[in-house]
Amino acid sequence: MEFFKINRNIPFMSYGRYTTTISLVTFVLAVFFIATKGLNFGVDFTGGTVMEVHYSQTADLNKVRGQLTDMGLHDVLVQNFGSSHDVLLQVSLKQNVVGAKLSEMILDKLRQQDASVEMRRVEFVGPQVGKDLVENGALALLLVSIGIACYLWVRFEWKFGLAAIIANLHDVVIIIGFFAFFQWDFSLTVLAALLAVLGYSVNESVVVFDRIRENFRKMRKTEVAEIIDNAITRTMSRTIITHLSTQMMVTAMLFLGGETLHYFALALTIGILFSIYSSVLVASPLLMLMGVSREDFIKTEKVTEEVLP
Amino acid sequence: MNRYPLWKYLLVLFVFICGLVYTLPNLYGESPAVQVLPIRANLKADNALLQRVDEALKAANLNAEGVMLDPTSVKARFNSTDDQLKAKDILQSKLGDDYMVALNLQSRSPQWLTAINARPMYLGLDLRGGVHFLLQIDMKAALDKALETASGDIRSTLRDRSIAYSGVSRDGRLVTIKFRDAETRSKGAFELTQRFGGLAFNEKNGSNEILLLVTLKPVEEKRIQDSAVQQNLITLRNRINELGVAEPTIQQQGLDRIVVQLPGVLDTAHAKDILGRTATLEVRLVDDEHQFNEGSAAPFGTETFKDRDGSKLLVKKSVLLTGERINDAQPGFDSRTNEAAVHINLDSAGTRKFKDATRENVGKRMAIVLFEKGKGEVITAPVIREEIGGGRVQISGQMNTKEANDISLLLRAGALAAPMEIIEERTVGPSLGADNIVRGFRSTQIGFVAIAIFMIAYYMLFGAVSVLALGANLLLLVALLSMLQATLTLPGMAGIALTLGMAIDANVLINERIREELRNGNTPQASIHAGYEQAFRTILDSNITTLIAGIALFMFGSGAVRGFAVVLCLGILTSMFSAMMISRALVNLIYGRKLRLTNISIG
Repeated sequence: MEFFKINRNIPFMSYGRYTTTISLVTFVLAVFFIATKGLNFGVDFTGGTVMEVHYSQTADLNKVRGQLTDMGLHDVLVQNFGSSHDVLLQVSLKQNVVGAKLSEMILDKLRQQDASVEMRRVEFVGPQVGKDLVENGALALLLVSIGIACYLWVRFEWKFGLAAIIANLHDVVIIIGFFAFFQWDFSLTVLAALLAVLGYSVNESVVVFDRIRENFRKMRKTEVAEIIDNAITRTMSRTIITHLSTQMMVTAMLFLGGETLHYFALALTIGILFSIYSSVLVASPLLMLMGVSREDFIKTEKVTEEVLP
Repeated sequence: MNRYPLWKYLLVLFVFICGLVYTLPNLYGESPAVQVLPIRANLKADNALLQRVDEALKAANLNAEGVMLDPTSVKARFNSTDDQLKAKDILQSKLGDDYMVALNLQSRSPQWLTAINARPMYLGLDLRGGVHFLLQIDMKAALDKALETASGDIRSTLRDRSIAYSGVSRDGRLVTIKFRDAETRSKGAFELTQRFGGLAFNEKNGSNEILLLVTLKPVEEKRIQDSAVQQNLITLRNRINELGVAEPTIQQQGLDRIVVQLPGVLDTAHAKDILGRTATLEVRLVDDEHQFNEGSAAPFGTETFKDRDGSKLLVKKSVLLTGERINDAQPGFDSRTNEAAVHINLDSAGTRKFKDATRENVGKRMAIVLFEKGKGEVITAPVIREEIGGGRVQISGQMNTKEANDISLLLRAGALAAPMEIIEERTVGPSLGADNIVRGFRSTQIGFVAIAIFMIAYYMLFGAVSVLALGANLLLLVALLSMLQATLTLPGMAGIALTLGMAIDANVLINERIREELRNGNTPQASIHAGYEQAFRTILDSNITTLIAGIALFMFGSGAVRGFAVVLCLGILTSMFSAMMISRALVNLIYGRKLRLTNISIG
């Protein structure tokens, strides 16, 4: 079986103007939503208390809300979680005056009405912790970007490092844009997914870049645009197949992994889709734009030739 | 050209077998178990203890699957959690308070596996259930307290040396001593510098005031903070021992934080009570002269506290001794009467103060008051029989061993150097933990099967080779995680699934390369060779970039995310090995010996 039997090079570079426009528009839209709607940060970052409780019968959310209002907690997010038996409670830090004790107080209160309430999960995050996590997350993102750019610089050329990192940060911003637009819960695991996407989608660019370098060496008389087109066309089959496989795993996680892994898998899904696009249609045009040429690779070889007797 | 030397095949085989052996313990699963740990330093886990446990269980008609001894404890494994809980109660009552009896999980794998250190993966709290706390130590309070004590000592030193001063006051981190003239000040400064190495003294002349400013030296500040953390760690360890948790984790994190992880703990309220206790201790005199009247205000210079039975007691306000003078408190027995007792050890300053106080107050009662969150409670109020010197105090009478235990725990609790606050809690119930394992396992399984079907359909025999390599990759990853005993969390399980999804990339790269070489008209053998060789560099490059992301996640991630990072990094290593070595070895075995190969099965 073979999906892609392409004999001629697809002229990706001649579409450059359109694809760059598309990227720019999605990017600007993502930034726009991040700026206007903001992210729906999870309890990991904002601090607060999240509780997941399990009832043996269908839970009456209004009753639960009433009980919480009795306790003086007026603005608690109460919703079903996964099934009608499971309830998720979310109390912001502002309302929580007793700190870590709150979860026990709530559980006691809920038990008064229905002794069968089972505590499934409690997360309490104080204000000091969230700030650290945001800082560490940002630092990790920065470090990964610099690390990857440097590696590609050493392995290829600085233009490649820069193009790859711009293309992939573009993916990350778009994922964040999605989370802002749909107001999905942005938790620590989603942050981990973002960093994984960054590492993963750089893979894409690396595979294409590798081909470009190889082509520069082999196809001495060909135009730069055609070299890049050829590299993309010939790696396309691999790109699609690989992503399809990875996406199979991620889809399994998305639907079977439970609520905790849901958003993690969602971030990965968006990341995988956009990394196909960006490695082919963002990184390579950027490379053209920066004026990559055969001399970037051949230069060093010439020097060694001169030095040798 | 597509043949491996024998040693390469053997290497692949060896690695594969190692992987198989170290993965094995995970398949046996775990049984509920009870762990018996000696608490006192003079007691050891030995064969005698093993025998006692065995006999106690046999006497109670409990069938243990196995009772075994390890360097620190005795463990007994059971069929059901019912038996496990029964056994815990029986053992605790038989063995007494010198041993901690904790609930635990014990691997069912056979002895020979345990002997070569093959253990199942270490599950994180989100998979096995339990509580994770992050506690922050209030360093400001610790420093304030240290300076408060210092200003008291400064006063008594100046008085002892009869150096006249008109006042010592503390304002935040600054203690100000007022002198009448510059001469006494320099004399005072000389004396104080001699005695207090950790303090810095600076002279300052205010508007017609002659002052000596006292601050903590940075070195001293650091020392106080370090010792606050250390003392809190020790206190926490002691307190958690009382909870009876197997394998608790108590670690310092950063400068002023402590992580506490209690696997399997369900009673979080109790755990929090014990951890969050910010207690100070004061020894005062009981006022027995005045009659205590309900409703009327306490007489001047006294206040009322409840004791542990709830009845009220009139106690003088002046403090004889504070908790920081107490070095240690242990439950034990009175050597003469054999009654339960609490033994207290005081430090040198405390010894002196206590000697004076007891001499002057023989026959009176003293109250030991524990203050928690601003509320005082009288732990015990014994009568002072005689002057007590030497710093060793014994409280006895009218208590049983359990009370002696509780009191000594409370006294030690009072010795906490600085208050702590829970700033993060993550509790996962055992049922959710079990669900998480099932979910993680099922999504990996289904994803794997889907990839396998697709790969075989698309690449035929080479697809099957890729799937085998992928399976080997999973095996090696699980084996590596078990060997390193890295904590497996739910994001870690996601990491396993994701690495498998990503690991297929290397196989696809190779297979596509081989197809391409074939299209270019190369012979099958040459195509296979070129495919593996050409793809190698690309695989290396792309994996290293992912590795960079993984390492950064490991460095900056916390808890569950760190678990993901570990799996990601290890997964990259195993996937590189399995794609390059294992799949190549298989292909070489299949095609390498055929000289006139005209057709290969790659779809």
